[in-house]
Amino acid sequence: MPAATPLSPQRRRFLTDTARMAGGCALAGGGLAWLARDARALPAEALRPPGALPEADFLGACIRCGLCVRDCPYDTLALAELGADGPATGTPFFTARDVPCEMCDDIPCVTACPTGALDPALTDIDEARMGTAVLVDQENCLNFLGLRCDVCYRVCPVIDEAITLELSHNTRSGHHAIFAPTVHAEHCTGCGKCEKSCVLPEAAIKVLPLRLARGAPAEHYRKGWEEMEEKGGPLVEGVIDLPDRLPGPGTDNLAAPGGFEPSFTLPAPGAGE
Amino acid sequence: MKEKTKLPVGVEAIRLKGWWQAHRFLLLRRLSQGFFLLLFLLGPWFGLWWVAGTLAGSRTFGILPLTDPLVLAQSLAAGHWPELTALIGALIVLAAYALIGGRVYCSWVCPINPVTDAAHWLHDRLGLQKGWQPKRHTRLWLLGTVLAVSALTGTVAWEAINPITMLHRGLVFGMGFAWALVALVFLFDLLVSRRGWCGHLCPVGAFYGLLGTHSLLRVSATRRAACDDCMDCFAVCPENHVIAPALRGKDGETPLILSPDCTNCGRCVDVCSVDVFAFTHRFDRRVEGPSSPPGPSRQTVA
Repeated sequence: MPAATPLSPQRRRFLTDTARMAGGCALAGGGLAWLARDARALPAEALRPPGALPEADFLGACIRCGLCVRDCPYDTLALAELGADGPATGTPFFTARDVPCEMCDDIPCVTACPTGALDPALTDIDEARMGTAVLVDQENCLNFLGLRCDVCYRVCPVIDEAITLELSHNTRSGHHAIFAPTVHAEHCTGCGKCEKSCVLPEAAIKVLPLRLARGAPAEHYRKGWEEMEEKGGPLVEGVIDLPDRLPGPGTDNLAAPGGFEPSFTLPAPGAGE
Repeated sequence: MKEKTKLPVGVEAIRLKGWWQAHRFLLLRRLSQGFFLLLFLLGPWFGLWWVAGTLAGSRTFGILPLTDPLVLAQSLAAGHWPELTALIGALIVLAAYALIGGRVYCSWVCPINPVTDAAHWLHDRLGLQKGWQPKRHTRLWLLGTVLAVSALTGTVAWEAINPITMLHRGLVFGMGFAWALVALVFLFDLLVSRRGWCGHLCPVGAFYGLLGTHSLLRVSATRRAACDDCMDCFAVCPENHVIAPALRGKDGETPLILSPDCTNCGRCVDVCSVDVFAFTHRFDRRVEGPSSPPGPSRQTVA
Protein backbone atom coordinates (compact mmCIF):
# COMPACT_ATOMS: atom_id res chain seq x y z
CA MET A 1 0.00 0.00 0.00
CA PRO A 2 1.49 3.36 -0.96
CA ALA A 3 2.18 5.70 1.90
CA ALA A 4 -0.84 7.96 2.13
CA THR A 5 -0.24 11.63 2.75
CA PRO A 6 -1.47 12.31 6.27
CA LEU A 7 -4.83 14.07 6.19
CA SER A 8 -4.71 17.53 7.64
CA PRO A 9 -6.45 17.99 10.98
CA GLN A 10 -7.92 21.27 9.69
CA ARG A 11 -9.66 19.33 6.94
CA ARG A 12 -11.13 16.91 9.43
CA ARG A 13 -12.18 19.77 11.67
CA PHE A 14 -13.79 21.63 8.80
CA LEU A 15 -15.70 18.56 7.73
CA THR A 16 -16.98 17.72 11.21
CA ASP A 17 -17.91 21.34 11.89
CA THR A 18 -19.76 21.59 8.61
CA ALA A 19 -21.53 18.30 9.17
CA ARG A 20 -22.51 19.36 12.67
CA MET A 21 -23.80 22.71 11.45
CA ALA A 22 -25.72 21.14 8.58
CA GLY A 23 -27.24 18.61 10.99
CA GLY A 24 -28.28 21.35 13.41
CA CYS A 25 -29.79 23.40 10.61
CA ALA A 26 -31.65 20.39 9.23
CA LEU A 27 -33.12 19.83 12.70
CA ALA A 28 -34.04 23.49 13.18
CA GLY A 29 -35.32 23.72 9.63
CA GLY A 30 -37.44 20.62 10.13
CA GLY A 31 -39.02 22.14 13.21
CA LEU A 32 -39.63 25.39 11.38
CA ALA A 33 -41.11 23.58 8.38
CA TRP A 34 -43.43 21.68 10.70
CA LEU A 35 -44.59 24.96 12.28
CA ALA A 36 -44.95 26.70 8.93
CA ARG A 37 -46.97 23.82 7.46
CA ASP A 38 -49.04 23.56 10.61
CA ALA A 39 -50.09 27.15 10.02
CA ARG A 40 -51.79 26.05 6.80
CA ALA A 41 -54.80 24.65 8.62
CA LEU A 42 -57.12 27.62 8.46
CA PRO A 43 -60.09 27.20 10.82
CA ALA A 44 -63.43 27.07 9.03
CA GLU A 45 -64.84 30.15 10.78
CA ALA A 46 -61.81 32.32 9.91
CA LEU A 47 -62.38 34.05 6.58
CA ARG A 48 -59.69 35.76 4.52
CA PRO A 49 -60.20 39.34 3.23
CA PRO A 50 -61.63 39.84 -0.26
CA GLY A 51 -59.29 38.96 -3.08
CA ALA A 52 -57.08 36.74 -0.90
CA LEU A 53 -55.12 34.23 -2.94
CA PRO A 54 -55.85 30.53 -2.28
CA GLU A 55 -54.59 29.70 1.22
CA ALA A 56 -51.42 27.87 0.13
CA ASP A 57 -50.37 30.82 -2.07
CA PHE A 58 -51.55 33.37 0.47
CA LEU A 59 -49.16 32.06 3.14
CA GLY A 60 -46.26 32.63 0.77
CA ALA A 61 -47.44 36.06 -0.32
CA CYS A 62 -48.69 37.76 2.85
CA ILE A 63 -45.89 39.51 4.75
CA ARG A 64 -48.07 40.04 7.84
CA CYS A 65 -47.77 43.84 7.72
CA GLY A 66 -51.35 44.60 8.75
CA LEU A 67 -51.98 47.40 6.26
CA CYS A 68 -55.24 45.77 5.11
CA VAL A 69 -56.39 45.73 8.73
CA ARG A 70 -55.52 49.41 9.12
CA ASP A 71 -57.42 50.42 6.00
CA CYS A 72 -60.56 48.42 6.76
CA PRO A 73 -63.08 51.15 7.66
CA TYR A 74 -65.33 48.80 9.64
CA ASP A 75 -62.67 47.11 11.79
CA THR A 76 -63.73 43.83 10.24
CA LEU A 77 -60.22 42.51 9.75
CA ALA A 78 -57.80 41.53 12.49
CA LEU A 79 -54.32 40.04 12.51
CA ALA A 80 -54.14 36.55 13.98
CA GLU A 81 -52.37 36.57 17.33
CA LEU A 82 -50.01 33.79 18.33
CA GLY A 83 -51.80 31.10 20.29
CA ALA A 84 -55.02 33.13 20.53
CA ASP A 85 -56.39 32.84 16.99
CA GLY A 86 -56.43 29.92 14.59
CA PRO A 87 -54.95 31.32 11.35
CA ALA A 88 -51.21 31.64 10.73
CA THR A 89 -49.82 34.24 13.15
CA GLY A 90 -49.92 37.77 11.82
CA THR A 91 -52.17 37.04 8.84
CA PRO A 92 -55.44 38.95 8.38
CA PHE A 93 -58.82 37.30 8.84
CA PHE A 94 -62.34 38.01 10.00
CA THR A 95 -65.07 36.10 11.77
CA ALA A 96 -68.40 36.68 10.05
CA ARG A 97 -70.50 36.21 13.18
CA ASP A 98 -68.47 38.97 14.96
CA VAL A 99 -67.97 41.56 12.22
CA PRO A 100 -68.87 40.69 8.64
CA CYS A 101 -67.32 42.26 5.55
CA GLU A 102 -69.25 45.36 4.49
CA MET A 103 -68.16 44.93 0.85
CA CYS A 104 -66.82 48.46 0.25
CA ASP A 105 -67.01 49.49 -3.41
CA ASP A 106 -63.39 50.70 -3.45
CA ILE A 107 -62.10 47.57 -1.61
CA PRO A 108 -59.55 49.50 0.53
CA CYS A 109 -58.01 46.33 2.00
CA VAL A 110 -57.00 45.11 -1.46
CA THR A 111 -55.68 48.55 -2.37
CA ALA A 112 -53.60 48.60 0.82
CA CYS A 113 -51.91 45.25 0.25
CA PRO A 114 -48.31 45.90 -0.87
CA THR A 115 -47.54 42.36 -2.02
CA GLY A 116 -50.59 41.20 -3.95
CA ALA A 117 -51.54 38.60 -1.34
CA LEU A 118 -54.91 40.29 -1.79
CA ASP A 119 -55.17 40.16 -5.55
CA PRO A 120 -55.39 43.69 -7.08
CA ALA A 121 -57.19 42.11 -10.06
CA LEU A 122 -60.28 42.14 -7.86
CA THR A 123 -61.92 45.47 -8.70
CA ASP A 124 -65.60 44.56 -8.38
CA ILE A 125 -66.42 43.52 -4.82
CA ASP A 126 -69.33 41.40 -6.08
CA GLU A 127 -66.71 39.13 -7.63
CA ALA A 128 -65.10 38.45 -4.22
CA ARG A 129 -65.32 34.86 -3.00
CA MET A 130 -64.32 34.93 0.67
CA GLY A 131 -66.34 31.80 1.25
CA THR A 132 -69.92 30.86 0.62
CA ALA A 133 -72.98 30.93 2.83
CA VAL A 134 -74.55 27.59 3.64
CA LEU A 135 -77.85 27.14 5.42
CA VAL A 136 -76.38 24.57 7.75
CA ASP A 137 -79.33 23.93 10.03
CA GLN A 138 -82.73 23.57 8.36
CA GLU A 139 -84.16 22.12 11.56
CA ASN A 140 -83.74 25.40 13.42
CA CYS A 141 -84.02 27.94 10.62
CA LEU A 142 -87.22 29.89 11.33
CA ASN A 143 -88.12 30.11 7.64
CA PHE A 144 -87.85 26.35 7.32
CA LEU A 145 -90.16 26.03 10.31
CA GLY A 146 -92.71 27.97 8.30
CA LEU A 147 -92.19 31.44 9.79
CA ARG A 148 -91.32 34.56 7.84
CA CYS A 149 -88.01 35.55 9.42
CA ASP A 150 -86.29 36.32 6.08
CA VAL A 151 -83.50 38.27 7.83
CA CYS A 152 -80.61 36.58 6.03
CA TYR A 153 -82.36 37.18 2.73
CA ARG A 154 -83.07 40.84 3.52
CA VAL A 155 -79.52 41.73 4.62
CA CYS A 156 -77.80 40.02 1.71
CA PRO A 157 -75.93 42.66 -0.36
CA VAL A 158 -76.57 40.50 -3.43
CA ILE A 159 -80.24 39.92 -2.55
CA ASP A 160 -82.28 37.77 -4.96
CA GLU A 161 -79.12 36.50 -6.58
CA ALA A 162 -76.96 35.09 -3.78
CA ILE A 163 -79.95 34.24 -1.57
CA THR A 164 -83.46 33.63 -2.90
CA LEU A 165 -86.59 32.53 -1.08
CA GLU A 166 -87.85 29.33 -2.64
CA LEU A 167 -91.55 28.77 -2.12
CA SER A 168 -92.86 25.33 -1.22
CA HIS A 169 -95.86 23.74 0.43
CA ASN A 170 -95.86 23.48 4.22
CA THR A 171 -96.84 19.87 4.73
CA ARG A 172 -96.99 20.25 8.50
CA SER A 173 -99.79 22.81 8.58
CA GLY A 174 -101.16 21.66 5.26
CA HIS A 175 -102.22 25.12 4.14
CA HIS A 176 -99.20 27.42 4.56
CA ALA A 177 -96.07 28.10 2.57
CA ILE A 178 -92.40 27.66 3.40
CA PHE A 179 -90.06 30.33 2.07
CA ALA A 180 -86.76 28.51 2.11
CA PRO A 181 -83.67 30.77 2.06
CA THR A 182 -81.56 29.27 -0.70
CA VAL A 183 -77.95 30.23 -1.39
CA HIS A 184 -76.63 30.35 -4.94
CA ALA A 185 -72.89 30.00 -4.55
CA GLU A 186 -72.05 31.49 -7.94
CA HIS A 187 -73.31 34.85 -6.66
CA CYS A 188 -72.38 34.64 -2.94
CA THR A 189 -69.30 36.71 -1.99
CA GLY A 190 -69.00 35.18 1.46
CA CYS A 191 -69.29 38.56 3.19
CA GLY A 192 -71.04 36.96 6.14
CA LYS A 193 -73.81 39.51 6.68
CA CYS A 194 -76.39 36.69 6.69
CA GLU A 195 -74.47 34.76 9.36
CA LYS A 196 -74.01 37.94 11.41
CA SER A 197 -77.73 38.78 11.22
CA CYS A 198 -79.23 35.34 11.83
CA VAL A 199 -81.56 35.89 14.78
CA LEU A 200 -80.90 32.51 16.38
CA PRO A 201 -78.47 32.29 19.30
CA GLU A 202 -76.28 30.18 17.02
CA ALA A 203 -76.57 31.07 13.34
CA ALA A 204 -78.43 28.59 11.15
CA ILE A 205 -76.73 30.05 8.08
CA LYS A 206 -72.94 30.15 8.12
CA VAL A 207 -70.23 31.25 5.74
CA LEU A 208 -67.85 28.38 5.12
CA PRO A 209 -64.64 28.28 3.11
CA LEU A 210 -65.32 27.05 -0.42
CA ARG A 211 -63.23 23.94 0.16
CA LEU A 212 -65.71 22.82 2.82
CA ALA A 213 -68.93 24.24 1.42
CA ARG A 214 -68.74 23.12 -2.17
CA GLY A 215 -68.78 19.82 -3.95
CA ALA A 216 -67.46 19.50 -7.48
CA PRO A 217 -69.04 17.66 -10.40
CA ALA A 218 -66.97 15.00 -12.09
CA GLU A 219 -65.49 16.26 -15.32
CA HIS A 220 -67.20 13.68 -17.51
CA TYR A 221 -70.70 14.33 -16.19
CA ARG A 222 -73.16 15.70 -18.73
CA LYS A 223 -76.57 16.98 -17.73
CA GLY A 224 -78.93 15.25 -20.16
CA TRP A 225 -81.55 17.97 -20.08
CA GLU A 226 -79.00 20.66 -20.87
CA GLU A 227 -77.50 18.63 -23.70
CA MET A 228 -80.97 17.94 -25.05
CA GLU A 229 -81.88 21.60 -24.98
CA GLU A 230 -78.70 22.42 -26.82
CA LYS A 231 -79.34 19.79 -29.47
CA GLY A 232 -83.07 20.41 -29.65
CA GLY A 233 -83.97 16.75 -29.46
CA PRO A 234 -83.09 13.43 -27.84
CA LEU A 235 -79.39 12.69 -27.83
CA VAL A 236 -79.87 9.10 -28.90
CA GLU A 237 -82.31 8.38 -31.73
CA GLY A 238 -84.79 5.54 -31.49
CA VAL A 239 -85.03 5.27 -27.71
CA ILE A 240 -87.92 3.02 -26.78
CA ASP A 241 -90.52 4.87 -24.71
CA LEU A 242 -91.32 2.48 -21.91
CA PRO A 243 -94.70 2.81 -20.21
CA ASP A 244 -94.63 5.19 -17.24
CA ARG A 245 -95.63 3.85 -13.88
CA LEU A 246 -97.38 6.72 -12.23
CA PRO A 247 -99.14 7.25 -8.90
CA GLY A 248 -102.89 7.37 -8.65
CA PRO A 249 -105.77 4.89 -8.76
CA GLY A 250 -105.14 1.77 -10.78
CA THR A 251 -102.07 -0.12 -9.63
CA ASP A 252 -100.17 0.18 -12.84
CA ASN A 253 -101.71 3.37 -14.22
CA LEU A 254 -100.37 2.49 -17.64
CA ALA A 255 -102.64 4.75 -19.63
CA ALA A 256 -103.36 6.95 -16.61
CA PRO A 257 -106.79 5.52 -15.79
CA GLY A 258 -108.04 7.72 -12.95
CA GLY A 259 -104.53 8.86 -11.99
CA PHE A 260 -102.01 11.44 -13.15
CA GLU A 261 -101.03 12.04 -16.73
CA PRO A 262 -97.33 11.61 -17.47
CA SER A 263 -95.67 15.03 -17.42
CA PHE A 264 -93.51 14.26 -20.39
CA THR A 265 -93.71 11.92 -23.30
CA LEU A 266 -90.97 11.29 -25.76
CA PRO A 267 -91.87 12.58 -29.17
CA ALA A 268 -93.06 9.73 -31.39
CA PRO A 269 -90.39 8.47 -33.79
CA GLY A 270 -90.46 10.59 -36.89
CA ALA A 271 -92.52 13.31 -35.24
CA GLY A 272 -89.72 15.86 -35.26
CA GLU A 273 -88.89 15.36 -38.94
CA MET B 1 -3.40 42.55 33.68
CA LYS B 2 -3.54 46.26 34.31
CA GLU B 3 -5.24 47.66 37.38
CA LYS B 4 -7.70 49.54 35.20
CA THR B 5 -8.79 46.32 33.52
CA LYS B 6 -10.24 45.18 36.81
CA LEU B 7 -12.39 48.26 37.22
CA PRO B 8 -16.06 47.82 36.31
CA VAL B 9 -16.83 48.73 32.71
CA GLY B 10 -17.16 52.43 32.07
CA VAL B 11 -16.16 53.69 35.53
CA GLU B 12 -13.14 55.52 34.20
CA ALA B 13 -15.11 57.00 31.33
CA ILE B 14 -17.83 58.24 33.67
CA ARG B 15 -15.22 59.79 35.97
CA LEU B 16 -13.44 61.59 33.15
CA LYS B 17 -16.27 62.41 30.75
CA GLY B 18 -19.30 62.51 33.03
CA TRP B 19 -22.23 60.09 33.12
CA TRP B 20 -24.14 61.63 30.23
CA GLN B 21 -21.15 61.70 27.92
CA ALA B 22 -20.29 58.11 28.84
CA HIS B 23 -23.82 56.96 27.96
CA ARG B 24 -24.39 59.22 24.98
CA PHE B 25 -24.88 56.59 22.30
CA LEU B 26 -26.68 54.20 24.61
CA LEU B 27 -29.23 56.90 25.38
CA LEU B 28 -29.49 57.94 21.73
CA ARG B 29 -30.00 54.31 20.81
CA ARG B 30 -32.81 53.83 23.35
CA LEU B 31 -34.38 57.04 22.10
CA SER B 32 -34.13 55.78 18.54
CA GLN B 33 -35.67 52.42 19.44
CA GLY B 34 -38.45 54.19 21.29
CA PHE B 35 -38.92 56.64 18.43
CA PHE B 36 -39.36 53.96 15.78
CA LEU B 37 -41.75 52.04 17.99
CA LEU B 38 -43.70 55.19 18.82
CA LEU B 39 -44.09 56.01 15.11
CA PHE B 40 -46.07 52.80 14.74
CA LEU B 41 -48.00 53.37 17.97
CA LEU B 42 -49.10 56.93 17.17
CA GLY B 43 -51.90 55.52 15.05
CA PRO B 44 -53.42 52.91 17.36
CA TRP B 45 -52.84 55.01 20.51
CA PHE B 46 -53.54 58.56 19.39
CA GLY B 47 -55.25 58.17 16.02
CA LEU B 48 -52.31 59.85 14.30
CA TRP B 49 -51.72 57.69 11.24
CA TRP B 50 -48.33 58.96 10.11
CA VAL B 51 -47.06 55.41 9.93
CA ALA B 52 -49.29 52.39 9.42
CA GLY B 53 -48.31 48.73 9.39
CA THR B 54 -45.44 46.93 11.10
CA LEU B 55 -41.70 46.50 10.63
CA ALA B 56 -42.48 43.79 8.05
CA GLY B 57 -44.18 46.34 5.83
CA SER B 58 -45.40 49.87 6.41
CA ARG B 59 -46.72 53.00 4.77
CA THR B 60 -45.56 56.44 5.93
CA PHE B 61 -47.63 59.57 5.36
CA GLY B 62 -49.86 57.56 3.06
CA ILE B 63 -47.21 57.44 0.35
CA LEU B 64 -43.81 56.03 1.36
CA PRO B 65 -43.77 52.22 1.32
CA LEU B 66 -41.18 50.32 3.36
CA THR B 67 -40.81 46.55 3.32
CA ASP B 68 -38.51 44.29 5.30
CA PRO B 69 -36.25 42.85 2.59
CA LEU B 70 -35.76 39.56 4.45
CA VAL B 71 -39.50 38.97 4.74
CA LEU B 72 -39.86 39.75 1.06
CA ALA B 73 -36.92 37.45 0.25
CA GLN B 74 -38.77 34.62 2.02
CA SER B 75 -41.88 35.43 0.01
CA LEU B 76 -39.82 35.28 -3.18
CA ALA B 77 -38.30 31.98 -2.08
CA ALA B 78 -41.82 30.72 -1.44
CA GLY B 79 -42.59 31.42 -5.08
CA HIS B 80 -44.62 34.62 -4.91
CA TRP B 81 -43.62 37.56 -7.08
CA PRO B 82 -44.83 40.59 -5.09
CA GLU B 83 -46.50 43.73 -6.38
CA LEU B 84 -44.40 46.79 -7.16
CA THR B 85 -45.26 48.55 -3.88
CA ALA B 86 -43.54 45.90 -1.79
CA LEU B 87 -40.55 45.74 -4.14
CA ILE B 88 -40.01 49.50 -4.03
CA GLY B 89 -40.36 49.43 -0.25
CA ALA B 90 -37.74 46.71 0.03
CA LEU B 91 -35.35 48.53 -2.33
CA ILE B 92 -35.56 51.69 -0.23
CA VAL B 93 -34.78 49.73 2.95
CA LEU B 94 -31.97 47.84 1.21
CA ALA B 95 -30.40 51.06 -0.03
CA ALA B 96 -30.69 52.80 3.34
CA TYR B 97 -29.07 50.01 5.34
CA ALA B 98 -26.46 49.29 2.69
CA LEU B 99 -25.41 52.89 3.23
CA ILE B 100 -25.50 53.30 7.01
CA GLY B 101 -24.66 49.73 8.00
CA GLY B 102 -27.02 46.79 7.90
CA ARG B 103 -26.81 45.99 11.55
CA VAL B 104 -27.76 49.54 12.46
CA TYR B 105 -31.19 47.92 12.24
CA CYS B 106 -30.18 45.58 15.08
CA SER B 107 -29.02 48.19 17.54
CA TRP B 108 -31.06 51.26 16.63
CA VAL B 109 -34.43 49.89 15.47
CA CYS B 110 -35.00 46.24 16.42
CA PRO B 111 -37.40 45.91 19.38
CA ILE B 112 -35.70 42.71 20.55
CA ASN B 113 -32.45 44.58 21.20
CA PRO B 114 -33.60 46.10 24.52
CA VAL B 115 -34.70 42.59 25.55
CA THR B 116 -31.35 40.95 24.86
CA ASP B 117 -29.53 43.97 26.29
CA ALA B 118 -31.56 43.56 29.47
CA ALA B 119 -30.73 39.86 29.53
CA HIS B 120 -27.06 40.69 29.17
CA TRP B 121 -27.23 43.30 31.91
CA LEU B 122 -28.76 40.76 34.29
CA HIS B 123 -26.32 38.12 33.11
CA ASP B 124 -23.50 40.44 34.12
CA ARG B 125 -25.07 41.37 37.43
CA LEU B 126 -25.54 37.71 38.35
CA GLY B 127 -22.02 36.90 37.22
CA LEU B 128 -23.18 33.94 35.14
CA GLN B 129 -20.97 31.84 32.88
CA LYS B 130 -21.04 32.61 29.20
CA GLY B 131 -22.54 29.21 28.48
CA TRP B 132 -23.07 27.74 25.03
CA GLN B 133 -21.29 29.80 22.40
CA PRO B 134 -22.11 28.58 18.91
CA LYS B 135 -19.92 29.80 16.10
CA ARG B 136 -20.61 33.28 14.80
CA HIS B 137 -21.47 31.99 11.37
CA THR B 138 -24.26 29.81 12.77
CA ARG B 139 -26.65 32.64 11.99
CA LEU B 140 -25.63 32.56 8.34
CA TRP B 141 -26.48 28.88 8.24
CA LEU B 142 -29.80 29.64 9.89
CA LEU B 143 -30.45 32.39 7.34
CA GLY B 144 -29.93 29.83 4.60
CA THR B 145 -32.16 27.38 6.44
CA VAL B 146 -34.93 29.94 6.77
CA LEU B 147 -34.88 30.67 3.03
CA ALA B 148 -34.71 26.96 2.21
CA VAL B 149 -37.69 26.17 4.44
CA SER B 150 -39.62 29.04 2.85
CA ALA B 151 -38.93 27.57 -0.57
CA LEU B 152 -39.81 24.02 0.51
CA THR B 153 -43.05 24.87 2.31
CA GLY B 154 -44.15 27.74 0.08
CA THR B 155 -44.73 29.93 3.12
CA VAL B 156 -43.02 32.97 4.63
CA ALA B 157 -41.55 30.49 7.09
CA TRP B 158 -39.47 32.55 9.52
CA GLU B 159 -42.43 34.81 10.24
CA ALA B 160 -44.07 31.85 11.96
CA ILE B 161 -41.68 32.37 14.88
CA ASN B 162 -39.62 35.53 14.20
CA PRO B 163 -39.52 37.14 17.67
CA ILE B 164 -38.74 40.58 16.20
CA THR B 165 -41.83 40.95 14.04
CA MET B 166 -43.86 39.01 16.63
CA LEU B 167 -42.99 41.50 19.36
CA HIS B 168 -43.42 44.52 17.12
CA ARG B 169 -46.73 43.30 15.71
CA GLY B 170 -47.76 42.35 19.22
CA LEU B 171 -47.20 45.87 20.51
CA VAL B 172 -48.89 47.54 17.54
CA PHE B 173 -51.75 45.10 16.85
CA GLY B 174 -52.17 42.72 19.79
CA MET B 175 -49.82 40.38 21.57
CA GLY B 176 -51.49 37.00 21.95
CA PHE B 177 -48.84 34.68 23.31
CA ALA B 178 -46.01 36.38 21.42
CA TRP B 179 -44.64 37.52 24.77
CA ALA B 180 -43.71 33.90 25.43
CA LEU B 181 -41.33 33.94 22.46
CA VAL B 182 -39.79 37.17 23.72
CA ALA B 183 -39.41 35.63 27.17
CA LEU B 184 -37.73 32.61 25.58
CA VAL B 185 -35.18 34.86 23.86
CA PHE B 186 -34.55 36.64 27.17
CA LEU B 187 -34.08 33.39 29.08
CA PHE B 188 -31.92 31.94 26.31
CA ASP B 189 -29.59 34.93 26.49
CA LEU B 190 -29.64 34.95 30.27
CA LEU B 191 -29.22 31.29 31.09
CA VAL B 192 -28.13 29.36 28.02
CA SER B 193 -25.91 31.55 25.92
CA ARG B 194 -24.46 34.97 26.68
CA ARG B 195 -25.35 37.36 23.83
CA GLY B 196 -26.49 34.20 22.12
CA TRP B 197 -29.53 35.34 20.18
CA CYS B 198 -28.41 38.56 18.50
CA GLY B 199 -24.77 37.60 18.36
CA HIS B 200 -24.94 34.03 17.10
CA LEU B 201 -28.35 32.85 15.97
CA CYS B 202 -30.69 35.53 14.68
CA PRO B 203 -31.03 35.12 10.88
CA VAL B 204 -32.41 38.66 10.60
CA GLY B 205 -29.14 40.01 12.04
CA ALA B 206 -27.22 37.76 9.65
CA PHE B 207 -29.18 39.16 6.72
CA TYR B 208 -28.66 42.78 7.74
CA GLY B 209 -25.00 42.04 8.42
CA LEU B 210 -24.53 40.82 4.86
CA LEU B 211 -26.46 43.82 3.61
CA GLY B 212 -24.10 46.24 5.34
CA THR B 213 -20.84 44.60 4.27
CA HIS B 214 -19.80 47.66 2.28
CA SER B 215 -21.64 50.31 4.24
CA LEU B 216 -20.32 53.83 4.59
CA LEU B 217 -20.90 54.63 8.25
CA ARG B 218 -18.20 53.04 10.40
CA VAL B 219 -16.64 53.27 13.81
CA SER B 220 -12.93 53.89 13.64
CA ALA B 221 -10.24 53.46 16.32
CA THR B 222 -8.81 56.73 15.11
CA ARG B 223 -6.84 57.45 18.29
CA ARG B 224 -5.82 53.87 18.94
CA ALA B 225 -2.38 55.00 20.04
CA ALA B 226 -4.04 56.49 23.11
CA CYS B 227 -5.49 53.11 24.15
CA ASP B 228 -4.59 52.24 27.73
CA ASP B 229 -5.71 48.61 27.52
CA CYS B 230 -8.54 48.98 30.00
CA MET B 231 -10.54 46.45 27.90
CA ASP B 232 -13.82 48.26 28.50
CA CYS B 233 -14.66 48.35 24.80
CA PHE B 234 -14.21 44.60 24.53
CA ALA B 235 -16.38 44.10 27.59
CA VAL B 236 -19.18 46.34 26.36
CA CYS B 237 -19.22 45.34 22.69
CA PRO B 238 -21.88 42.78 21.75
CA GLU B 239 -19.72 41.57 18.85
CA ASN B 240 -16.30 42.17 20.38
CA HIS B 241 -14.36 40.17 17.80
CA VAL B 242 -14.80 43.16 15.48
CA ILE B 243 -12.66 45.48 17.64
CA ALA B 244 -9.27 43.82 17.73
CA PRO B 245 -8.32 44.16 14.03
CA ALA B 246 -8.95 47.91 14.20
CA LEU B 247 -7.73 48.68 17.69
CA ARG B 248 -4.69 46.40 17.67
CA GLY B 249 -3.83 47.07 14.04
CA LYS B 250 -0.23 47.80 13.30
CA ASP B 251 0.91 50.92 11.52
CA GLY B 252 -0.42 50.86 8.02
CA GLU B 253 -3.41 48.72 8.98
CA THR B 254 -6.78 50.38 8.88
CA PRO B 255 -8.24 51.69 12.14
CA LEU B 256 -11.74 51.21 10.74
CA ILE B 257 -14.01 48.53 12.17
CA LEU B 258 -14.90 46.95 8.86
CA SER B 259 -16.55 43.74 10.04
CA PRO B 260 -20.19 43.53 8.91
CA ASP B 261 -20.95 42.14 12.38
CA CYS B 262 -20.46 45.60 13.95
CA THR B 263 -23.89 47.02 14.80
CA ASN B 264 -22.72 50.65 14.96
CA CYS B 265 -24.16 50.82 18.48
CA GLY B 266 -21.46 53.24 19.57
CA ARG B 267 -20.99 51.79 23.06
CA CYS B 268 -17.23 51.56 22.50
CA VAL B 269 -17.24 55.30 21.83
CA ASP B 270 -19.15 55.79 25.10
CA VAL B 271 -17.03 53.71 27.46
CA CYS B 272 -13.60 54.70 26.21
CA SER B 273 -12.13 57.11 28.71
CA VAL B 274 -9.46 58.26 26.24
CA ASP B 275 -11.76 58.62 23.23
CA VAL B 276 -10.08 56.14 20.95
CA PHE B 277 -13.21 55.51 18.88
CA ALA B 278 -15.28 57.82 16.73
CA PHE B 279 -17.97 57.50 14.06
CA THR B 280 -16.69 58.23 10.58
CA HIS B 281 -17.01 56.95 7.00
CA ARG B 282 -15.28 53.96 5.51
CA PHE B 283 -12.82 56.00 3.45
CA ASP B 284 -11.53 57.91 6.47
CA ARG B 285 -8.39 55.98 7.35
CA ARG B 286 -6.80 58.65 9.50
CA VAL B 287 -4.93 57.45 12.53
CA GLU B 288 -3.98 60.03 15.13
CA GLY B 289 -2.71 60.06 18.65
CA PRO B 290 0.22 60.88 20.85
CA SER B 291 2.51 58.07 19.80
CA SER B 292 1.60 58.19 16.15
CA PRO B 293 1.32 61.85 15.14
CA PRO B 294 -0.31 62.48 11.78
CA GLY B 295 2.24 62.78 9.05
CA PRO B 296 3.08 61.37 5.63
CA SER B 297 4.87 58.38 7.14
CA ARG B 298 1.75 57.40 9.13
CA GLN B 299 -0.64 57.75 6.23
CA THR B 300 -1.98 54.34 5.52
CA VAL B 301 -2.01 52.58 2.23
CA ALA B 302 -5.05 53.37 0.17
